[in-house]
Amino acid sequence: MFCKVNSVGLRGMEGYSVSVEVDVGEGLPGMTMVGVLSSEVREAQDRVRTALKNSGYHFRPRKVTVNLSPADIRKGGTGFDFPIAVGMLCAYEILDAQNLKDAVLIGELGLNGELKPVKGILSMVSRARTDGYCRCFLPKENAGEGRAIKGIQIVGVENLRQMAEFMVFPHRLSTAGEEEDTEDGEETDDYETDYAQVQGQILMKRATEVAVAGYHNLLYIGPAGGGKTMVAERIPTIMPSCTPEECLEISKVYSICGLLPDRGKLLRRRPFRSPHHSITGRALTGGGRNPVPGEMSLASGGVLFLDEFPEFSKHTIDMMRQPLEKKKVVLSRVSGSFEFPADFMLVAAMNPCQCGYYPDRNRCRCSEQQVRRYLGRISKPILDRIDICVEAAPVSFEELQNVRPQESSGEIRGRVEAARKIQAERFKGMGISFNSEMKEEQIREYCGLKKSDEQFFRQIYENMNLSARAYGRILKVSRTIADLAGEEHIDHGHLCEAISYRSLEDKYWHN
Amino acid sequence: MAQLIQEKEYLYWLSQIPSVGAVTIKRLWDRYGSFEKIYNIEEKELRKEKLLKGRIGAGFDQWKGHVEEILETYRSLEEKGIHYVTFLDEGYPERLRPLYGSPAGLYVKGKLPEEHRPSAAVVGARSCSHYGKETAKFLASSLAGAGVQVVSGMALGIDGAGHQGALEAGGDTYGVLGCGVDICYPQSHFSMYMEIPEKGGIISEYSPGVSPEARNFPMRNRIISGLSDVVIVVEAREKSGSLITADCGLEQGKEIFAVPGRITDSLSRGCNELIRQGAGIVTSPEDILDFFQIQMNKKLRVDEKNENGLAKNEKMVYSCLDLQPKFIDRVVEESGLSLGECLTLLLELELKGRIVQTTSCYYAKKL
Repeated sequence: MFCKVNSVGLRGMEGYSVSVEVDVGEGLPGMTMVGVLSSEVREAQDRVRTALKNSGYHFRPRKVTVNLSPADIRKGGTGFDFPIAVGMLCAYEILDAQNLKDAVLIGELGLNGELKPVKGILSMVSRARTDGYCRCFLPKENAGEGRAIKGIQIVGVENLRQMAEFMVFPHRLSTAGEEEDTEDGEETDDYETDYAQVQGQILMKRATEVAVAGYHNLLYIGPAGGGKTMVAERIPTIMPSCTPEECLEISKVYSICGLLPDRGKLLRRRPFRSPHHSITGRALTGGGRNPVPGEMSLASGGVLFLDEFPEFSKHTIDMMRQPLEKKKVVLSRVSGSFEFPADFMLVAAMNPCQCGYYPDRNRCRCSEQQVRRYLGRISKPILDRIDICVEAAPVSFEELQNVRPQESSGEIRGRVEAARKIQAERFKGMGISFNSEMKEEQIREYCGLKKSDEQFFRQIYENMNLSARAYGRILKVSRTIADLAGEEHIDHGHLCEAISYRSLEDKYWHN
Repeated sequence: MAQLIQEKEYLYWLSQIPSVGAVTIKRLWDRYGSFEKIYNIEEKELRKEKLLKGRIGAGFDQWKGHVEEILETYRSLEEKGIHYVTFLDEGYPERLRPLYGSPAGLYVKGKLPEEHRPSAAVVGARSCSHYGKETAKFLASSLAGAGVQVVSGMALGIDGAGHQGALEAGGDTYGVLGCGVDICYPQSHFSMYMEIPEKGGIISEYSPGVSPEARNFPMRNRIISGLSDVVIVVEAREKSGSLITADCGLEQGKEIFAVPGRITDSLSRGCNELIRQGAGIVTSPEDILDFFQIQMNKKLRVDEKNENGLAKNEKMVYSCLDLQPKFIDRVVEESGLSLGECLTLLLELELKGRIVQTTSCYYAKKL
């Protein structure tokens, strides 16, 4: 007999509906599976048969055909085990598929018939809801995660036996969903780290605040042990807290990678990713035949921190060029193109020279050329996209000893949020939301200088040999500084501060 | 031969043989008194006389075959603006004549130091501190302003700063190179390379086209000290090329001066060691001028406070700075002003030319 069960597959960031069709009929006994299957799906037949046997079901030897439709999309993942098993039970007429018309089944099977969690539940459940299904049968461990999507009933299932009970006694379903809802606590958005813990580093902290406020990319230069990583790690604590939509977006990526820290809870904190410099291009962008998100997508909504920036391979770094512009990664495969989010703030850190001590001439023996060569390793196109560049100094003994109360992250976040609000207001309906995204016309419109400052800026421009790109960057940053101060016009102080944050290229390559 | 070959041309030919150095040329000259004669003697003969030994003068006879080409390049020297001054000429620096191993000929772009005016060598480390650079520049410009000729090696760091200072004061300065005078090394000193010959000169004992090889540099140091009356070492590490210059100077009987430094600074260790050995101490340009007995009208003091013409806020920031580059965070702490204010004031002071940003976010006073 023929039977159809609904499931969802994962393709990039999105789920897509799959009908699992099972037919039991006359013929040479055996099991055939079709529908462009990857090897983990093909292996399902052994898992399913054994799981059914160990759950106490015995089948007459028949010809079993399983088709996963649409048959032209390559299917991966282990989430189809469960629907195939239930489909077989129905096709052998052991159970009735009537109750499953408006339901979706996802899950991996163990050989003992137990359901195991799968990756990407968030995307799959939200697809099921969009497609109009009203119930979702998930492995128990994924149930909490599924419940993050509202408007669809989630039923956590432990094993095949329990599933059979649900199908035989449908009235049990009405209560099945709610049993754990009470303990569905959400992860808090409190961070363990705080800027109050960082002594000194006035310049670095201030530049970081400006960078976060205007969503500018940031580069720290300083000796080892100067606190670059410490300051960078705390950036998420001063970013505005996530809206529920953002939480869902961020959590989806982590769900697909199987990285949700505690299954069942959405991420409330902004991510901070700090990949090692040996990372490959694929790991950064995401990849694979069935593409999975990379570090850039995992950092989306938060911070991508690249420590020891010059040590990253140029090739790898250059892969960030387009995503930095478009705020998403697009991977093209024969089967179509896949989009992953990449809306992150790039924060890089590096030593000023090979030995790390420049400009302390007592310790650094690198020649000017060596210093230049070291700095020259950084890809220029990426440098172009970094608006703010600051120095970190070694921490003095006094600073370590005189522990003074420092501003907390909360206070800084307050200012950042206010500045973001001003920007949102300004760019309403323009398709951008931050100062860093301004184009030439917008810079001209919103970054006007006073007459005296124009004169001053011209003098600086000529004296310091700035480039045209630097001109735009400095104006954008001074706009952010003015927003932080709540001023409508950019004044002299704002401009001066922005000039001090000018990019590495302008600081080192020209003078 | 179409033209009568002069003594000087024979000397040029001899100096083109790679294995023949200044000392060998002198030895041959002392024995025969004529380069034409030397040219006509066979290598075998010279070896028998023990004037050529081992590798020295290898292929002496073969080189005679190239005499035409060599003289061709010799005659094109003047077209390139390069003078060839040999010890046969009157213009040869008297300061070099008595020295052992003094170069037989010098290639000069511009001119040589004048005999009757005092000259001082300002030398030091290539990777130097901002303090060293400023000191070298200050000393050189004060000396040049008082009419002293400044000699140095045109290297990065102190040497370059010395030339720079002299040029800024409008004085004449002389760069002795470790390569041909037609090569600008290091390349980043190109503007200096072009500017020096206008008033002073670029000097080398190496023929045009010789590339800057490491072994050439200790050799040229003897010319730097030789052309000067005093040698001033501004910053030098314990084992430094500048100390070679100082040693050469000592052997040549020149007066050595060193700028003292803090005992903890590795860049001053060489200088302090020189002082221990009896070198003179320079704490102001007057120390050198006193040696030359030149009276200066203006009192020169390194630690002179120069806060005139600054606004009150600017003074607050300016007084926090000294010659050691200071990181912006320290300035903020010491001045008590906000970061934004400090950045504004520092930028303005920088534009006014009162302070410099040595590397980004590190600020220091200008001398």
